Order: sequence, then C-alpha cells, then structure tokens
Amino acid sequence: MERILYGDNQFFAVNHISDVKSLEQSIKFKDNKVIMNTIDDAINSGINTFMCTTHDRISFVCETIRENPEKYKDFNIYPCMPYAHKYANAVTELGIQGTLKQYMPGNFFGSMFKGGKALVSQDYISIMELLIDSEMKMFKGVNTPVIFLQNVITDLLLGLGMDDVLKGFHDYVIKKYNSEPGFITMNLPKMVEKLESLGIENPIICTSINSANFRMSGGKEIYTETLKSKKFRGIAMQVLGGGAIHPKEALEYVCDLPNIQSILFGASSKRNIQNTVQIIRQFDNGKND
Amino acid sequence: MVKVALIGAGKMGISHLSILGAHKDVEVVGVCDTSSIVLGALKKYTQFPCYKKVSKMLNEQRPDAAFVAVPTKYHYEMIKQLLNHEIHVFCEKPFCIEPAQSKELAKIAKEKGLINQVGYHNHFIGTFREVKKIVESGVLGEIYHFAGEAYGPVVTKKKDKTWRSKPDEGGGCLMDYAAHVIDLINNILAPIKKADGTILKSIYSENVDDAVYSVLQLENNISGVLSVNWSDETYRKMSTSISIWGTKGKITSNASELRLFVQDNTNLAGYEKGWNIKYITELASPVDFYLRGEEYSAQIDYFIKAIKNKGPHSINSFQSAVNTNNAISLIKTNHLTKL
Repeated sequence: MERILYGDNQFFAVNHISDVKSLEQSIKFKDNKVIMNTIDDAINSGINTFMCTTHDRISFVCETIRENPEKYKDFNIYPCMPYAHKYANAVTELGIQGTLKQYMPGNFFGSMFKGGKALVSQDYISIMELLIDSEMKMFKGVNTPVIFLQNVITDLLLGLGMDDVLKGFHDYVIKKYNSEPGFITMNLPKMVEKLESLGIENPIICTSINSANFRMSGGKEIYTETLKSKKFRGIAMQVLGGGAIHPKEALEYVCDLPNIQSILFGASSKRNIQNTVQIIRQFDNGKND
Repeated sequence: MVKVALIGAGKMGISHLSILGAHKDVEVVGVCDTSSIVLGALKKYTQFPCYKKVSKMLNEQRPDAAFVAVPTKYHYEMIKQLLNHEIHVFCEKPFCIEPAQSKELAKIAKEKGLINQVGYHNHFIGTFREVKKIVESGVLGEIYHFAGEAYGPVVTKKKDKTWRSKPDEGGGCLMDYAAHVIDLINNILAPIKKADGTILKSIYSENVDDAVYSVLQLENNISGVLSVNWSDETYRKMSTSISIWGTKGKITSNASELRLFVQDNTNLAGYEKGWNIKYITELASPVDFYLRGEEYSAQIDYFIKAIKNKGPHSINSFQSAVNTNNAISLIKTNHLTKL
C-alpha cells in the first residue's frame, strides 16, 4: 500500500463537520469531469491510489481509466462497499426483502439460478457474494488490489457477532478477485481482536485516528496500545477530524504513530491536496533523518 | 449483566441489536421478529436466541428490559404487555399514534417504577446537548424566536405504497422527521402549547404529508416556526437544525456544527463575545462501541446504566414523549381545522 491514499468524501458532499461545506462540495462536484480533474491533481501530487465508495458516479471514473489505459496504468482504486445510503434508503422504502430484490443481479426469482436458490435455501453467504459481484461490476478492468467492507457493515457485523459473514467477505475477495480484503471500522481494538480470533493474519484495517480523540471508540489510549502491540496493517482516516484539527498538528500526530502504513485523506482543491502531501512527506522524512 | 430482548429486527432494531451485542453490561437473551429472512440470518450466524412470538420469548427468557422497534401501530399493545411483565422498556420513536395511549403507558411505567425511554437520539448528540446548556445559561438574554428545521431525501418521487405512506401506521413526515424536531424544541425550550398556520403538504406521497410547516407557541410564550421536508433531495441524509434568537445573542446548530453569537462578554466557559463556532469533533463524548453515530450507543448506554443503578433517568422518558405526541396532535388538528 502507498503511504498516502486519496479519498472520495468531498466528491459526494460527505462532510463531518459542516453542512455548508457539504453543500458547496455538492455544487462544485456536480460534473463528473471535475471529479476526474481533481483525481488527476492528486495523481500529479504523487498519489496513485484512490479509495472510494461504490457510489454510482464512480463508474465514470472507472470508464475514464479504461479509456486511458496508458495514463492510468499505475493507478489503483480501493473500492469500499457497499455505498451504505443506497441500501439504507432502499430498506426504508422497500423493506429488506424488497431491497434484496432490487439489488440482486439478474431476475431475483427467476433466471439467476444462484440468486433464486440462495434466497430459497437462505444461503446468506451466497447472497452476500452476489451483492459483492454487483458492487464490483463497475470496476471491471481497473486495478483493485484492496477491496474494503464499509464501516457501517463491518461494525454492524462485529456487534451482531456475525463472524462467518466477516470471514465470508474476506475469503470471497481473495478467491474471486485475487485482491486483499480490507475492513473499515470505527472500533479498531474490538475489530483487531475479532479478526485475530478468526485466524485472519495481518489484516488491513482502516480506522478513524486523530489527535482530537474523535470517533475512536473506547478512547485514544486503547487505540495507541492496539497500534503498539497488535499485528495489522493500519490505515488512518479522519485524520483531520473533518477539518476541525489544524492540518500540521493533525498530520504530525499520525505520522508519529507506530503501525500506520497509510494515511487516507480527502481534499477538494489542488492546493489542499499538494499541501497535505507535502506536510506528510516532511514529517516522514524528519522521522527517517 | 442486564438481560435484554429485542422486539422487531428491522433497520433500527438490527442497529440496536448490534450495539447491544457489543455492550459489556448487556446479555441479549432474545430477538423476536416475524420476517423469516431476517430471523433466518440471525439464527444461522449469531448466538442470539430467536423467536417469532413475543410471549414465548418472555416466558422462556424473562428479560429485565426490552427494546421495541416494531412499526408504531403495534407499540401500545406491545409496551403495555411488557410493562405488565415488570420489564423496563426502550421504545423507538414516535411513541404511540394516539396521545391518550402514550399518556397511559407513561403512567403505568411511572407507577411501576420501570425505566422507560423513547429513541429520540438527537438529545445524545454533542451539539444539541450543548445548545440546551447554552440556553439554560441565559447567555442569549430573553429568547423571542426559534426555528426548528429538518430536511432530507426520503421520498423524492412517486412510489408504490410502503408503511411510510399509511397515516394510521405512523407514516408521514410529521410522525417521522418532524417528531424529532418537535421533541428537540420541547426539550431545549419548552413544551409546545399551540400550533397555527399549519400546512401539511403532500409532495410525492398520496396519503401522507411530505412536508410540515407551522407557527408554534410554547408554554413559556416563546414563538417560532417549524419547517420540515423529507422530499428535499439536495440533502444527502437527514439534516436537523435549531436556531434560537434572544435579546443578547443567537445560536444555530445542527448535528455537526454549533454557531453562537453573543453581544457581550460572557462568563460561559469556552465562549466569548462575538461569533463562536464549535464542531462535533470537540463536543462528542466518545462511546465504547460506535455504529452510525455516537448518539445511538449513548442512548442505549444511558438506558442500561439507569437500570443497573436504578436511575437517575430524565432524558427521553415516556413522559417527555407524551409531550411530543401532544404537540404532533396539536399540529395535526390545526391543519384539519383550516381545511
């Protein structure tokens, strides 16, 4: 994994601290081309990995990559699935059965043998595999070396104790896509323990880590302890606390932590992307001196 | 350990179940639902005992507490049964469809000394908690106006009928989105005593309201406006806000950002003359397990703690939900009398 990963929240008006900023972003990134140009800015700043949700609009990014194979040959996407609001809204409207019906590929009750059979026999792992396939469709022909399970689902399964489903995701990503499975979670210590207990070695875990103790369940101390003592490949997200923490202080804090392989951040302007990259490189170089 | 049962494993129910499953002081002794898809998955992949019938679960498991997350129209009967079994109850919002039913349940729970709570989770969001603190400090001077608002993209085109489109089942923007805002106003400022100029608007839905607009008067005679619309697709998800104007200052807050303006120097710690902006990053209290928002874990924590320590328990009680139910009823009546 690269040291710096570029995220997609800004493109889809996800802002953790300001509804005003969120609206501005939604206006700024109305056009898919603006998204692509901003990704190009990130690439020009030396970032070659884009970590994104499986939002419908990402298909434009994938298309652009397929159309320009030479330009994007070293470029990776880490898909994070599912785009939870899509399903949450569907469940609100249609119920659980209705939602499965809408998102299972093919004709749910008929032609898709696997889908129909899975539902009748209540083979939920097969249903999950079909949903993964449907989320992965748009990434055909794009490098996706790591595929993530979004935190809402990861943490839901963690709380429910649905270990087989977590393991099922892990195994299927390896088997079908020859990619590394990753888990996004807001509960790092519990998640590390869980994956350890399932025999998953050195997992990739992306989690909220910042100097403000924001969205670090159980508190900063237990996170620091987990980073020091456990074996996993950590990706720090929400490093800037949605913009509430001063970037220098925020980045110095994560650059100093052990076991953080990568830092994920989102920014909507070329200047902010360049600045963030520059600050991280500075702290990293300082550490190596 | 507090022995907890869940009744209704839909979207909110499953979310509660996951938080309960991760809670260090909770033993989930049963999950009850009528859907075979959901129950099948829980049976196959979790350790929770699963039931189709509530009575069987209660008899076999004898829970200390129950979470009720079934459709609103079943709340009254279900909760009454639980209270009669001496079980503490956490109920999803809105409480009951009829205010009289809400009142009766609040009375029974109080008489029996059972912990009772309704899932108006906004009160567990750091920014709104801070708004209440600021209002109570008096820093705003004499409050003369407020605006309670919520917007989101629930119904953005004409659709087939779902439970949300049936008024007698608790569907509709007033019972859903607006209930949250009404509850915030009731608890931060004062209970609503009068509604005027109400418009309940159907935008895409056929039988229920998609937007609620009303002029409200509170028991302390402060007046303000309610503006709620769940058919606004310019929002990615529900966005709730409250603004309050006083003679010495103004505050406006949503779930992530609080802006306070004060005219003069203030003794209120952390605030000064002029504009003050605070973000949720600073105001959220960390929880032990996070799913979708601190507030969902915090409200469950609060409920479980009250059972363990036998109180204190004042936030989101059945009684406060009765006030919300009354206000909903006032708004509805005001709309109908105008027609």
